[in-house]
Amino acid sequence: MTAQSSERSNDLPGANLQGDFNHQSHNLFTDLNLRVAPGAWTCLLGPSGVGKSTLLRLLAGLNTGGIFTGFIQTDDAVPMDGRIAYMAQSDLLAPWLNIHDNVLLGARLRGDAPNHDLANDLISRVGLKEHSLKGPAALSGGMRQRVALARALMEDRPFVLLDEPFAALDAKTRSEMQELAFEMLTKRTVLLVTHDPAEAARLGHHIRIMKKTGLIKHQTPTSPPIRAFDAPETIEAQVRLMQQLRAD
Amino acid sequence: MKRIIDTLIAFTLAVGAWQLVVWLSDVPHYILPGPIRVWSAFLFNFKLIIEHAQITIAEVLIGLVIGSALGMATALHLMISASTRRFMLPVMVFSQAVPVFALAPILTLWLGYGIGSKIVMAILIIYFPVASNFYDGLHRTNPGLLDLAKTMGASKIHTLFRLRLPAALPSLGSGLRLAAVYAPIGAVIGEWVGSSKGLGYLMLLANGRAKIDLMFATLFVLALFTVGLHAVVGRFSKRLSDWAE
Repeated sequence: MTAQSSERSNDLPGANLQGDFNHQSHNLFTDLNLRVAPGAWTCLLGPSGVGKSTLLRLLAGLNTGGIFTGFIQTDDAVPMDGRIAYMAQSDLLAPWLNIHDNVLLGARLRGDAPNHDLANDLISRVGLKEHSLKGPAALSGGMRQRVALARALMEDRPFVLLDEPFAALDAKTRSEMQELAFEMLTKRTVLLVTHDPAEAARLGHHIRIMKKTGLIKHQTPTSPPIRAFDAPETIEAQVRLMQQLRAD
Repeated sequence: MKRIIDTLIAFTLAVGAWQLVVWLSDVPHYILPGPIRVWSAFLFNFKLIIEHAQITIAEVLIGLVIGSALGMATALHLMISASTRRFMLPVMVFSQAVPVFALAPILTLWLGYGIGSKIVMAILIIYFPVASNFYDGLHRTNPGLLDLAKTMGASKIHTLFRLRLPAALPSLGSGLRLAAVYAPIGAVIGEWVGSSKGLGYLMLLANGRAKIDLMFATLFVLALFTVGLHAVVGRFSKRLSDWAE
């Protein structure tokens, strides 16, 4: 199976998903086995419609509209439920709340006492200190996604599930956002769903390509992420990923 | 500001054209009184009109508040309770097939000639647009936001009141704006069917005595009030959801 020995261990749990998925009597995947390594970035790369997001939603415990038969297991045997932070392609900011309150959305929705100091700290760390009282509408797409990142960190969960969170950003903002997210999400068990080979090549400790035929484990570059976007190694990995994606 | 000036110009032109038609066609004043005649009827009957206007305004405002509150409560209740959704929703849709105007004589029969039957009429006519607009808005929260709330471990009640409800405020605003236009219609119809007070009653009275200028004056006061009410409610709903602009 996966090279468990190469996984970094810092008391964080990893997770396994194994099983079949049927959607309206159409088989999306069969006997699929995904390992999300603890404390590392696992990139799930694949074309649109292949079921990457479905996998992520299964792990997140969200409605998939289909039937999953199999199991989802964490290393410490504690259910995933309530232990994940989630970021989607859309920033999902509540337009009626300012940035500060958006970062505190989780506490608001659980009825917990909000930790304003931590929120302020996280907003500063994503570089939006002077914007914290503005509404989301006043911010650019990249800034809004940084708020979403701060909101995910506010939840302080061991698992972070990222569903193409950088896909809607322009190239420059995307690469900056990748660096910021990577820096802030170290020491978490991250699953990143993406259709961008360059993104997987930069960010993955582990890279899996999802195709109709199943998951393919892809050899990652030797250097640890995050890799420079212009490093020969990154570009080479990107090319090989692209070849894998296009191969039938 | 420009809009106000434009409105004033349009209004002046319309009144001018009206006066012109009256002068040129030589139509008798008991069929179509000119604006000058209507204005003097308004000044002459000012106290009378205001007296009756107070009644209608009270009916409309009370009806608007109660009807909107009932509509909002119903929408929230439909969100909370699955059995309410199952049994109430068909009833609500069916009740809309009954023309509310046709109920006016029954309401007068049951509640008498006073202010009560008119308030109930206004409530009935407002209730559905408020309930259905608000329910629609509560129902159509961005599914991505709901997913996010679920991963955050949001409680059901907080999801409703802190996520679905604020997201539905623009829809509630459209419902309230509709209500502001419908409420005066309900009250006046109620007055037509049976009353001894109110602008609707005064219109019928003036009509019966061939005081068409007074009838027009009354009609304009009613229209002015409705426009004003719509503007106030519109501003209020905009305030509720200024982020949606």
